[in-house]
Amino acid sequence: MSTDIQDELEEDTQKGKFLTFTMGEDCYGIEINHVREIIGIQPITQVPDQPEYLRGIINLRGKIIPVMDIRLRFGKTFRDYNDRTCIIVVDIENISLGLIVDGVSEVLSIPDTEIVAPPEMNKGGNNFIKGIGKVGAEVKLLLDCKTLLVKASWDESTQFDEK
Amino acid sequence: MSEEYINEPMLEIFIYETSLQLEQLEQKMLENEDTFYKEEVINEIFRHMHSIKSASSMMLFNEISKLAHSIEDLFYVIREEKPVQIDYSMLSDLVFEGIDFIKIEILKIKEGADASADASELIQRIKRYLEQLKELNPSLARVEQAKVDSPKKQQFYISNNKKVEKTVHQHSYQARVFFEEGCEMENIRAFTIIHNLKDFTTNLQYEPSDIIESEDSVDIIRDTGFLVSFKTNRTYDEMFQFFSQTIFLRDLELTELVLEDSELELGSDPPVKKFLGQEEQKTGNVAATIISVQVQKLDRLLDLVGEMVIAEAMVTENPDLMDLELDNFQKAARQLKKITSEIQDMVMSIRMISLSTTFQKMNRPVRDMCKKLNKEVKLSLIGEDTEVDKNIIEHLSDPLMHLIRNSMDHGFESPAEREQNNKPRTGTLTLEAKNVGSDVLIIVKDDGRGLNKSKILQKAHSNGLLRKAESEYTHKEIFNLILHPGFSTKEQVTEFSGRGVGMDVVANNVETIGGSLQVDSTEDKGTVITIRIPITLAIVDAMNIRVGQSKYTIPTSYIKESLRPKTSDLIVDPNGNEMIIVRGLFYPLIRLHERLHHAAERSSLLDGIVIILENDDKSFCILADELLGQKQVVVKALPSFFQGSHKVSVLAGCTLLGDGSISLILDIPKLSG
Repeated sequence: MSTDIQDELEEDTQKGKFLTFTMGEDCYGIEINHVREIIGIQPITQVPDQPEYLRGIINLRGKIIPVMDIRLRFGKTFRDYNDRTCIIVVDIENISLGLIVDGVSEVLSIPDTEIVAPPEMNKGGNNFIKGIGKVGAEVKLLLDCKTLLVKASWDESTQFDEK
Repeated sequence: MSEEYINEPMLEIFIYETSLQLEQLEQKMLENEDTFYKEEVINEIFRHMHSIKSASSMMLFNEISKLAHSIEDLFYVIREEKPVQIDYSMLSDLVFEGIDFIKIEILKIKEGADASADASELIQRIKRYLEQLKELNPSLARVEQAKVDSPKKQQFYISNNKKVEKTVHQHSYQARVFFEEGCEMENIRAFTIIHNLKDFTTNLQYEPSDIIESEDSVDIIRDTGFLVSFKTNRTYDEMFQFFSQTIFLRDLELTELVLEDSELELGSDPPVKKFLGQEEQKTGNVAATIISVQVQKLDRLLDLVGEMVIAEAMVTENPDLMDLELDNFQKAARQLKKITSEIQDMVMSIRMISLSTTFQKMNRPVRDMCKKLNKEVKLSLIGEDTEVDKNIIEHLSDPLMHLIRNSMDHGFESPAEREQNNKPRTGTLTLEAKNVGSDVLIIVKDDGRGLNKSKILQKAHSNGLLRKAESEYTHKEIFNLILHPGFSTKEQVTEFSGRGVGMDVVANNVETIGGSLQVDSTEDKGTVITIRIPITLAIVDAMNIRVGQSKYTIPTSYIKESLRPKTSDLIVDPNGNEMIIVRGLFYPLIRLHERLHHAAERSSLLDGIVIILENDDKSFCILADELLGQKQVVVKALPSFFQGSHKVSVLAGCTLLGDGSISLILDIPKLSG
């Protein structure tokens, strides 16, 4: 019983909080309750027969976790990893996944009132963004974690890493 | 008063013990079914049913207790009156039905559902059977009458604990009960005794008196035993019998006190009969020296040990220590290595359990199907104490059950048909397990009608499964056709098999645990199905190889040899398929660089090393860059992310190397296919 209430409280305190990270010029946000931890870039073991954006797997203290390069996932050009590069380990629907991003910025509170749905785009593609948050004069693109998984299941899966 | 004490541990014990009782009961029944029941068997069945009844009534599972009670009644009559004419097969059917009912209820309780299914229909049938028994054996009527009264009182063990017989209790007893070491919850067990005694005793006193309320009572009972004194009109022997039925009883001192109305004191002299639980010893000992552990905990332990092995390698093979003279460190490191490898072995052995339970579970379906299909088949078990990893056993039960049903249904002929063919009337189904290297072979053999090759081919043809001319199929290939999805030679769909989803499911199940299936058969002689499974999935002997920058692992059991090829050994056919000739034999060549998409790091044949692999009868070779060495690796599954459309068909899993890096384990059968 008491743990339920605790969970609820925790949920509440995490609500409206986003971990923001940069990718080139853009700033993205991800709901904090999905985030398990942030680690620096690690040696990655390639897995054959996977799309290019799936870089492979890493060993996180004995747990094997697949890592995905968000840059490649969004169809941008590959950028060499440096000491700013981070892996955000997220838990989405009981699946652990590492997201490689250019750099992590901060945790922000964005109230629901400051979030607007993305406008209808005539350029199709994946709806990775489920909202746009306004923080002062800046704009944060809020990631829909689930589409990272779901869409990843079918599109581009024939594109193998040829490097 | 009992409700407030019904808590999780009690329920857990109840489930554990009742399941154990049921299992033993079922076993006993099966062993003695063909011979008619001997007296000690009847006694034992009676005892089991009695324990189940008291336990379930204490836990307020009324239907179970009522059912157990009616079966107990039945055996009470059989035991006391020894009727001559008993319809044994009907009796066993009834008891089996009862066992099944209770099993289902226990399962429901385990899952937290309400165990309130109605057993009255079955109870009615049991009662009717008892009536019949009475008619056949008139002498019984008398006992029956007497028996009918007492149960009514016994049925309400809990709800009416004041319903004590009003007669004067002229005997006083004092009993000291010791439980088996390590049976746990001594206080609750003691409470059970008190609870059961209440119905027919007065002046009930016991020490320690705060059994349930105080935690310390457990220690007291453990050290000095549980002392209980009471008055009753039952005789000494009856009371002795009562106490003997206590579960996990180790020692019992039952004393009759002669003094009227005396205060009870310790160590009174008169008739002390020492009880050294003979029957209990058998079952009790096992339970006392075995503790049940949650499998998740064991899995976690195995994971941790795996990590420890890796961490140890990270320390002892740390690059910082290179080129340093560290005598003492090396000594300590060797010690550590020894201990970790021992722990690893130990943890592996903890997970090993014998196949006997799985095998013995097969007795029931064989028996049931014999009855239903009017066949006569004897199940013989060989090598059932062979040990296999727990995870594998879990996946073995279903395929085995399937195979047995198949061979019962399709394999064996009816007794008449068998006699016509000069075969013994009773068929034999052999279930055998044996160790072969690092594998376990499980052989299901029947002496039934065997597989009809032309029928299989015909069927395969009509289902469009044939890939080449019928005459080109070898024996083995023909039999392997039955492993195809959608193949079933039996026209009729029966209750047990013939839905056409049989053998391919079995083959798939076996494959998921890293095993393989082989079918062999001779017409009119029988069918042999061999399942080959690894002893453990968790730790395998493996060779690490390097392909480009990546490391891969191959289980050593597949490796035949490795060699450095010459350019002249390579032959390319017009289709571009490459093969290597080794001592006159040709092996197809798979370049791992290409297969695993490391094309950029591709090396020439001369720089690499060729490894010849063998899987079943198929040999082929792979080209890698370097052999990194052989060691035992802890197999880890790939993340669940790599399932479904992200499935990597050529990988069987991954493992962590000493430096913390990941090596991918190649799935050799898939690689060759």
